[in-house]
Amino acid sequence: MSKTEVAVDYQQVREQIRAQSGSVASRKIRERIIEFGMFLCAVFSVAITVGIVWVLLYESWHFFANVSLVEFLTDTQWTVLFENPRYGIMPLVTGTLVTSVIALLVALPLGTTIAIYLSEYANATVREILKPILELLSAVPTVVFGYFALLFVTPLLQRVLTDLPGFNMLSAGIVIGIMIVPYVSSLSEDAMKAVPVHIREGSYAMGATRLQTALRVLMPAAFSGIASAYVLGFSRAVGETMVVAVAAGTQPNLTLNPMEGAATITAYIVQVSLGDLPHGSVAYQSIFAAGLTLMALTLVFNIGGYLLRKRFREIY
Amino acid sequence: MEKPSPSVIENSVACNKNWDKLFAVIGLLSTFIGMLTLAALLGDLAIDGLARIKPHFFTSFPSRFPAQAGILSSWVGTILVMIVTASTAVPIGIGAGVYLEEYAPKNWFTAIIEINIANLAGVPSIVYGLMALGLFVYQFRFGQSILSAGLTLALLILPIVIVATREAIRAVPASMREAAYALGATKWQTTSDHVLPYSMGGILTGVIIGLSRAIGETAPLITIGALTFIAFLPDPPIKAEFPFISFEWLWSPFSVMPIQMFNWVSRPQAEFHLNAAATGLVLMVMTLAMNAIAIYFRYRFRKRIKW
Repeated sequence: MSKTEVAVDYQQVREQIRAQSGSVASRKIRERIIEFGMFLCAVFSVAITVGIVWVLLYESWHFFANVSLVEFLTDTQWTVLFENPRYGIMPLVTGTLVTSVIALLVALPLGTTIAIYLSEYANATVREILKPILELLSAVPTVVFGYFALLFVTPLLQRVLTDLPGFNMLSAGIVIGIMIVPYVSSLSEDAMKAVPVHIREGSYAMGATRLQTALRVLMPAAFSGIASAYVLGFSRAVGETMVVAVAAGTQPNLTLNPMEGAATITAYIVQVSLGDLPHGSVAYQSIFAAGLTLMALTLVFNIGGYLLRKRFREIY
Repeated sequence: MEKPSPSVIENSVACNKNWDKLFAVIGLLSTFIGMLTLAALLGDLAIDGLARIKPHFFTSFPSRFPAQAGILSSWVGTILVMIVTASTAVPIGIGAGVYLEEYAPKNWFTAIIEINIANLAGVPSIVYGLMALGLFVYQFRFGQSILSAGLTLALLILPIVIVATREAIRAVPASMREAAYALGATKWQTTSDHVLPYSMGGILTGVIIGLSRAIGETAPLITIGALTFIAFLPDPPIKAEFPFISFEWLWSPFSVMPIQMFNWVSRPQAEFHLNAAATGLVLMVMTLAMNAIAIYFRYRFRKRIKW
């Protein structure tokens, strides 16, 4: 090929580019518009938070205009739908805490053990197979877990604990616990994986076994990440709705006994939403006050977790 | 200090080694507990519900008579709600992800957006429902409609889509972008012609996982007032006469499969529990299939792309 054949008509090329993507000025404007559009998408996520906070505060504000905060926090009965309503959130809070604590008693030991096993013991093939299957647990629709708790776990428990009622917090809590195991295990595993190799090797060089290394070196070193996993697990357990609405009953009940049935904050919101409440009534506003309590509860634990992490953070 | 005798040390080492071996077994058993639960769940649903899975179960409306009841209105509702959810969450989620990864300057405002997305992922789903009830249903007057439901679930899965988009985009090496810039491509041309196509696999995985979560969500839709008994179908989106397409269905009351299941499981009659199990089985098959597709995508794209 001679050189003359590659000669390019630059004028033509320039015109082609212009035809395809417009003049430099119009291209710049288009770039700006697209960038601004995507900026709006990102800002939209902040708008969601603003919307959540605004709706919860606005409706709760109206609620607390009718109900005193002192009654809300100290009364021991929650009978909003009765003729002489009483507005004490305590029974709902204890229901939420009991189911969540049972869930954590199941999920934390199980999740941590699985995390140690997957990060320190299992080889790559086993991990690649086990992890996705385990994560399917958190993909199962929660109402299906509710069915499972009411019609499989409760009858199973009733064989051992013969006086267990059909609706009880124990089976709901156990099922929520199994449901949140993947959250706890995969985040804890990530945290342990992130500990530098030389720290692990230092421990092995001293003659420690894998278990000793995991418990005494990796867990303290990865404390920050493991604590976030635990806090996330707790948030999930507190916010879980369908399992408790199906399996723990809808009767507010001020008790710490897991063998009884009790409504949680979330179950109450579902119960009220299923009925046809007039917009603007105190009962309608009460579900927002309940939602605000739920958010406050998770916030307290998140802040607690944050402070704990800050106190014990290890930096390499 | 007294030196421990060799036999004491030997004993302690042997003991620790035994614990180490024992833990390997305990760890494996723990993972099996999770899998066993999954198997028990599926088995339980199948034993109770399989007998109900017949053609008329999918073509009948709910009914007072358990044996005749079906999930027609709820599976149609699920599909319509998912259409709204996907067409809202996917563009906004990808847009936000691309902005944060490719465009956003490093300043306090970007930091706020990032912290906010991380926190949104931890908000209980029922709180999204409360927000939608106050905002969409009453403030914007969308009513207790398919539109409100679809938007609610879109907000719920938005963080999942954004995080997946960002991770996928981050995996595209800088050399790809630099090659495009070197040829005179603008930022958007680089993004839309190179970065996005390369990261499509990861984004798609995130979208499927998000949608599979939205299909199973029950609580927020109950909060915004989904009905549990619907014996009619929404206005069809395609019409015989001009203009052929109608959006009337967006304003229709609705039910979805998880809510239908919840309704049936909370009735005292055991006959209805069988219907609930059948619905649960359909739901499980759908979510498991979607997750399997997502895992396959992740696996395939990870394998195929070698930079």
